[in-house]
This record gives sequence, C-alpha cells and structure tokens, in this order.
Amino acid sequence: MAQVPLVTDPSIEFADPFDKAEHTQAEVASQWKLMWWKFKRHKMAVVGGIVVLMFYLVALFAEFVAPVHFTSYNETYVYAPPQEIHLLQNGRFSPYVFGYRFERDPASFKKTWFIDESVIIPVGFFVSGEPYKLWGFIPGNWHLFGSKNPEEPFYLLGADKSGRDVFSRIVYSSRISLTVGLAGVTISLLLGILIGGISGLVGGAVDNAIQRLIEILISVPTLPLWLALAAVVPLDWTPVKVYFMITVILSLIGWTGLARVVRSKFLALREEDFILAAILDGVPRSRLIFRHMIPSFLSHIIASVTLAIPGMILGETALSFLGLGLREPVVSWGVMLRETQKVTVLATYPWLLWPAAAVIIVVLALNFLGDGLRDAADPYQ
Amino acid sequence: MDLEREVEDMWKFLFRRTLAMLFTVWVVSIISFAVIQLPPGDYVTTLMSQMVSQGGRELTPEYAEQLRELYGLNESMYVQYGKWITNIIFKGQFGYSFVYKRDAVELITERMPMTFALSMSSFVLVWVIALPIGIYSAVRKYSIGDYIFTFLGFIGLAVPSFLLALILLFVSQKYLGQAMIGLFSQEFADAAWSWDKFVDMLKHLWIPTILIGLGGTAGLIRTMRANLLDELNKPYVETARAKGLSETRLLLKYPVRHALNPFVSTIGWTLPNLVAGEVIVAIVLNLPTSGPVLYRALQSQDMFVAAGFILLLSILTVIGTFISDLLLAVLDPRIRLR
Repeated sequence: MAQVPLVTDPSIEFADPFDKAEHTQAEVASQWKLMWWKFKRHKMAVVGGIVVLMFYLVALFAEFVAPVHFTSYNETYVYAPPQEIHLLQNGRFSPYVFGYRFERDPASFKKTWFIDESVIIPVGFFVSGEPYKLWGFIPGNWHLFGSKNPEEPFYLLGADKSGRDVFSRIVYSSRISLTVGLAGVTISLLLGILIGGISGLVGGAVDNAIQRLIEILISVPTLPLWLALAAVVPLDWTPVKVYFMITVILSLIGWTGLARVVRSKFLALREEDFILAAILDGVPRSRLIFRHMIPSFLSHIIASVTLAIPGMILGETALSFLGLGLREPVVSWGVMLRETQKVTVLATYPWLLWPAAAVIIVVLALNFLGDGLRDAADPYQ
Repeated sequence: MDLEREVEDMWKFLFRRTLAMLFTVWVVSIISFAVIQLPPGDYVTTLMSQMVSQGGRELTPEYAEQLRELYGLNESMYVQYGKWITNIIFKGQFGYSFVYKRDAVELITERMPMTFALSMSSFVLVWVIALPIGIYSAVRKYSIGDYIFTFLGFIGLAVPSFLLALILLFVSQKYLGQAMIGLFSQEFADAAWSWDKFVDMLKHLWIPTILIGLGGTAGLIRTMRANLLDELNKPYVETARAKGLSETRLLLKYPVRHALNPFVSTIGWTLPNLVAGEVIVAIVLNLPTSGPVLYRALQSQDMFVAAGFILLLSILTVIGTFISDLLLAVLDPRIRLR
C-alpha cells in the first residue's frame, strides 16, 4: 500500500523509462487521479458513463427535449404509427416527415393508418411549439426539435391509445424511472452504511445477528415480496406518496448488498497499518471513521451504488408494468409498458414497446459504468 | 485425517446447517404472515364484503364466527400467527381463497409443482450454459469469443426476463401468427395427465425456461470466468503443465475443480432470482404456475393464498441454498470445519 507500483497506463506515455519528470507524475498522482486514468482505459465504461449522463440530462430538461407535454393528446391520431424522418429534400438538407391519411373500417370503425407521401411536414431543431414551464416555473416554448408548424402531427415513435406522443412520454417518464433508482439507492446506502458499519466495527454477536438477517433477506425471492408490499399501498394515495412508498419498498431489500460491501471493507481496514497508527495517535472514533476509513473505500461504495441502481430501475418497471407500482396519470417506463400487456395490442401497435428500449439502454449503460468504476476503484492493483 | 473424524465433522456440519435453515424458515414464515396482516380489516370482513358485492350467498354470522374461531381473528397477533402456522404444519391448511372459492391448499398443490419444474429446469439450463462458457472465456481471455460472450452476458443482465417475454410474444404473434402463451396446446389444456400431454408440455416448456434462465446465466458466466482466472495463474498449474499433463486434463482436473467452489455457493443467490423471474415471466406468458395466482391474489388482497405462496416460494429457495451448502461441504472439506 505504501509503495505505489508503476502505473501501466498507455495514456501516460513514458518517452524514456528513466525520465524522472514523467515518472514522478504517476508516483505523486492522487488516488482519484489514478482512478480516473484507469477508468479512462475502460472504453465501454466511458461510453456507458456518457450515455447515463445524457439520459439524466434529458430527464432534467424533459420539457425542452420533448416536442409536446406527456398529457397532450389528439384524438385524431389515436395509434398513429411512427413517422420516419427524411433528411434531404431535393438534394438540400431540409428534414421532413410525411403526413397521415387513414381509412375507416366500415364495420368496426377502426382506423387503419397510412403514410401519405403527398403531405410533407417540415421538421427542425429549436422550433417554437407548445408552451411549457421548465421545472414548473421557467416559461418557454422552445423545443429541441419538432414540426415547424405546431399544428401538424409529428410522432417520431408513434402515438398511443389517446393520441399522445410516445417519444415525449418516454422523455418525461425518464424523470420518474431514473430518480426512483437514485432515491432508492440513497435510502439503501444510508441503511447499508449504518448497518454494515455497525456490523463491521462492533463485530461479535451483533455482527453475527446482522449477517444472519441479511442471509435471510437475500433468500426471500425479491419479486413476490415486492409485489406483496406494493399490493398493500392503498389505491387512493397521491402519486407522490405512492412514489415514495415504492422507493422505500425497493430499498428495503436493496440495502443488504451494500451493507455487505461496507462490512467487508471495515473488516479489511481494521487490519491496515494506517488505521492502527491513527488509533495509536488517539484519534477519536468518529474522526477515525469519517476521516480515515470512509474516504479509503468511498470509491468502492460509488461503484456498488452504480451497480445497484439498475436493479431498482428494473424493479420499478416490473411493479408498474404489473399495475402494482405507479399508476396513471403518473408516467414512467413501466406505466407505459403496461399497455403492451395484451398480446393483440402489442402485435398491432408494436411501437408501444419503445419504452423497453429506453430501459434496456440505460440499464446496460449503468452496468458498464459500474463495472468500469469497480475496476478503477482499486487503482493500485 | 481419519475417516471417522471426517464423518463426525460432516454430521456436525449437517446439524448446524439444518438448525440455521429451520431458523430461516421460521423468520420467513413471520414475514409471510405479516403480509396477511398488512391490509386494513381482517380476512372475514373482506370475505363478507366480497360475497355481498358479488351478489352471491351471504356469509351467515355463524359461519363468520366459525371462521374467526378457526383462524383466531379475535385474538392477539401472536395467537393468530400460532394458529396459522400450526394449521399449516399439522393440518396442511393454508386458509381459504375467497377469489377462487376454494381451499388455498388446492391451489397451491395445483400450481407449485409446475413452478418447481420450471425453476429447476431453468436452473439446470443456467448451469449447462454458464459452466462451459465461463471456462472458455477464462482460458481464451480477451479473445473475440470472450468479448462476444461478455457482451451477450451484459445484455442478458440488462434485459429483464419479462421484457424478453414481451418481445417474444410480439415476435411469435407477428411472424408465427400465434402468441406463445401457456404451457399446453389447446387440446391438452384441460385434459388429464397423459404421456402425450407431458410431451406437449416439454414442447412449450423450453421457451419460458430460456427466458427465465438467461438473466442468471450472464451473472454466472462472469463468476466462473473470474474464479478460473484467479486459479490459472497459480504455480500449481504451471507445475502440472511442466510435468507434461495434457491441457484439457490439466484444466478440468485442478483449476476448474477449484473454481467450482465459489460457483456452487452462488446457488444461494441465483435461486431466488430464478424464482422471482419465474413469477413475472409466468404472469406475462400466462403459465399455469404460481406467478399468475400470486399476482391475482395480491391484486384482490386474497391474503391467505398470497402468504401461502410467498412462504412456499421462499422455502423453495431456502432449501436450494441448503443443498448448495451441502454440496459445497462435500466438495471442500475445509468448509465443514468453519
């Protein structure tokens, strides 16, 4: 631990292996700097990180990114199929989509949609459209992209049963779906550090009891338990209360993994020389924990947290999909996917499955990011 | 290292683990019981309102009182728990389902065997796939094959099984013209068990098996790969190679056997995942397993059925963990001594 081994990082090129100045750069670099170098080498993790960042930015600026609000509906365009964007018009860059026409089945009154190639709807970036209030108080009407005439239909990923834009709904959903994971992880983290820390520091019978408890909780299949807890949430609760309840339910089981990581780190650190030195120096316990122990395994915690978020996102999606989590009018990816439960709906309007793509991409990205962070958390290896 | 002591160690270990398992089952039964207690009102009031709202025969006060007596609903929580659990252990009574209007135990005996079969076949599949691929990925580290499997593994981890099931439904409806729902063809769905029905079931079983198993496989491939990579660099491998052992024999006889230990202990966490996956895939594909019944029971607060299923599903995983511990002890004598 005391001696920093040579960092074999291709990004630090040693012009001459005996070049003193270059050499010391790796030797005196801080732990965080070493981790950053190691993280950068993991290309998939970097890509994952960028994707995750983009998703959270989209969630933050949902009003601006989405062409319309998630509750805006237009009964004319019920179940309208996605429109393909064409970039060039007469050899010039001028993106447009084709309009719609429909035929009504005389017997069932069901609409069958066709793309009408004679109607051209110009679309573009930074168009003014439906007015909104960013974060509920900053008014605006600029949208990242949309049809240039707000009256014309623009359904990038199709429309749902009320003629609402699927893409806009996915964008707004990310607010709920992505923050459920964060909130749930925060609660699990607090529980995990507290309980895992007690377990690792006190040891003995307390440690034993906590470990048994964790083993029992892990052996209960999560989904049935989540379902049972979620089923008890009263139907007349406000969406905010339900949202809070769901995060609590998700983290009730999620803390166990984090508690184990924290405990094993405390146990390992107890044996370290620098901790012994600090104890001999008469450092008070709270300072020992917060100044000496936590910083040295903070990176591991960050990695574990990143790897815990996808499970929470999937948990919320599954619960809402089954109708036991969040419900309309709140919109999350799971709530949107609920419409695809009927096979006939799914087969006729397959674009309703798009929220699944968002779930898969963000979970995949978080997994790659977490994996890279975990590798980087130990830069001395 | 005499045999007698080893056998004695084994018995001691068995005794300790059995005690631990019974304790876990006890705690799990408390958790399951808590599920019954969570919704407002008691079982009988729910049952009465249910019967009245459906316009069916009304519950006579005598019968209601009889039910309250049977489950001790007028008594304290502890007594209620005691009655519930003694009814289960000694009489095999799980209570009454007011959704299905039947004994909960009938529902359970009808559905649990299928759940068991599906979880077990997924489990076997997970192992059969993960073991060789994990070994391959470790031996041919950073090869194209390793990258492909790592990537597929990540996708398997990221795509939840119910989304896979949805995608499968869509594809089968779109291209085969028929949704792959259920475990039996129409002509066998209500038929009595026969050889033909069994064969028909096997024809349907592989789809949910793959869907449920896929997520677990990815995790296990990574575990196996990491374990084996740790072993491959050890001096004893080099020694064996120097002595002229063939690569296959060398690999399978020492490092793989060694890397198997932590792998076996992963049963403890794969099994709960598989059971959870089974529940939700079964709901989407409408399989005749415990998933859909549990789901309906929870939605309509049919709490005795729900608690019974949660208890049994949990016990299933606890027993799985117990077996994995035993296997581990057989494979690695050092573990018994701890």
